[in-house]
Amino acid sequence: MAWAKENGGNNKAAELNYVDRSLDGPSHNFSLMPTPSKHTQYPYVTGSSVLGIKYKDGILLASDTAGCYGSTVRYKSVERLKRIGDNTILGASGEISDFQAITNLLDELITEDWMWDDGNKLGPFEIHNYLNRVMYNRRNKFDPLWNSLVLGGIKKGKKYLGMVSMIGVHFQDNHVATGFGNHLARPIFRDEWKEDMTLEEGVKLLEKCLLVLFYRDRSAINKFQMANVTEGGITITEPFALKVNWELEAFRNPTKGAEGSW
Amino acid sequence: MFRNQYDTDVTTWSPAGRLHQVEYAMEAVKQGSAAIGLRSKTHVVLATVNKASSELSAHQKKLFKIDNHIGIAMAGLTADGRVLSRYMRSECINHHFVFESPLPVGRLVVQVADKAQVCTQRSWKRPYGVGLLVAGLDETGPHLYQNCPSGNYSEYQAFAIGSRSQAAKTYLERKFETFMECTKEELIRHALFAVKESLQEEELSSGNCGVAVVGIDEPFVVLDPKTLQSYIESLETGKEEQQTMEETGTDDRQSLQVQHEGTGSRGISVGAGDDSPTDMET
Repeated sequence: MAWAKENGGNNKAAELNYVDRSLDGPSHNFSLMPTPSKHTQYPYVTGSSVLGIKYKDGILLASDTAGCYGSTVRYKSVERLKRIGDNTILGASGEISDFQAITNLLDELITEDWMWDDGNKLGPFEIHNYLNRVMYNRRNKFDPLWNSLVLGGIKKGKKYLGMVSMIGVHFQDNHVATGFGNHLARPIFRDEWKEDMTLEEGVKLLEKCLLVLFYRDRSAINKFQMANVTEGGITITEPFALKVNWELEAFRNPTKGAEGSW
Repeated sequence: MFRNQYDTDVTTWSPAGRLHQVEYAMEAVKQGSAAIGLRSKTHVVLATVNKASSELSAHQKKLFKIDNHIGIAMAGLTADGRVLSRYMRSECINHHFVFESPLPVGRLVVQVADKAQVCTQRSWKRPYGVGLLVAGLDETGPHLYQNCPSGNYSEYQAFAIGSRSQAAKTYLERKFETFMECTKEELIRHALFAVKESLQEEELSSGNCGVAVVGIDEPFVVLDPKTLQSYIESLETGKEEQQTMEETGTDDRQSLQVQHEGTGSRGISVGAGDDSPTDMET
């Protein structure tokens, strides 16, 4: 039953995906013979920002396809945007393996929902809340899933775009971003996003922000994907690159005037 | 009724392929006082016949709100019904906590049915002795289901369970084709007419029946005695107006009804042709 998956999932099937380790995380912190803590202390392979905006017909999500191993950009074809069911898309930044675990969990949820075969379907808002419960519960066990998740979808004409962080903070908005996107992209959104943009306008806005992120975020690469969800369905683009211009004035002598520079 | 050999255990089959204990449990439902349910495109109405065990006591509570969008009426062992309604409330709350959206009534009904089935396949358990009429909403609209002690469930346009429910069912069978288009008030009046059939000699009053309604954008609510009494009184005025309307034949609904029901309807006095709009005291 779907309700049994709350609180991170006590589902035996989910455990099988994780050899020796349930999706729950360690189930207790104290014992007579304490074993070394297996809690997540830091992420290993991480993805950078995810951007999301609402537009006239639905939601657009965008991210690059880099998986960084610390300061090395080690994997350059990581898909960080995934479809969930047929009316929701999920983007994640942070630990890639945790993102894969979350995708597995959601796929199971969607399959179970589909098996009911009764005309009811989990919508994006329900999935958002479910993810929030999972993330918050893991945080309470001091073993978070190290992700910032962006979830977007549309159901019966109602658009939804929201974010869930690794500590269980969650909210909805017209435009969201994770990681560096919060600092670099959201100010641009605040200036330039407007209600009921067309698809072209939305894509242009996202491309502008992706470019800024590529220029300024060291863990971003020039290989992006965009996901689009409308009432008609979900499309995730093939990876594409944007034209960059390193000859811009701001890039000449970049440390001029900076504190401690010469 | 002499079938003692194979009916000791719920886990014993009879040679005829029956589980007698389960059937005895369904008998318990038939002995309980009646519960009636009917639905339209926008609302579901539940009605119960309330029996007091003595003149001194209060009536048994048979209508339960499970969530804002689901409610039940029970017939049979009301103690078993209380336990099931606690389970249903818990399921609804859990679902709402995880998904922040209402549990679709169809899924809840299946969960209850699965729970009931377990009791028919364990030697240390006994089947639930209560039948439920579950009224609720989901994405596809309002629904009415019945849950049996056997673990079966089915969806209905209108149904009645409990003692003397056949009289109510006969009334519902006559009228059910018009229910989908009924307004909330009309639906409640139909329900009260059906309860009247089950009561037979007794006078219908807010003391011996209960009504609850749930609708799209309208949370489940058990009608308070005052509102209930005004509906009951409107049945009387509705009936008088109905007689005159039948004679003049002006009402469209009336002619539709004649089409559906054939010749017998006009002669019958109880509950005859009552779905034309009447002035209702509120």
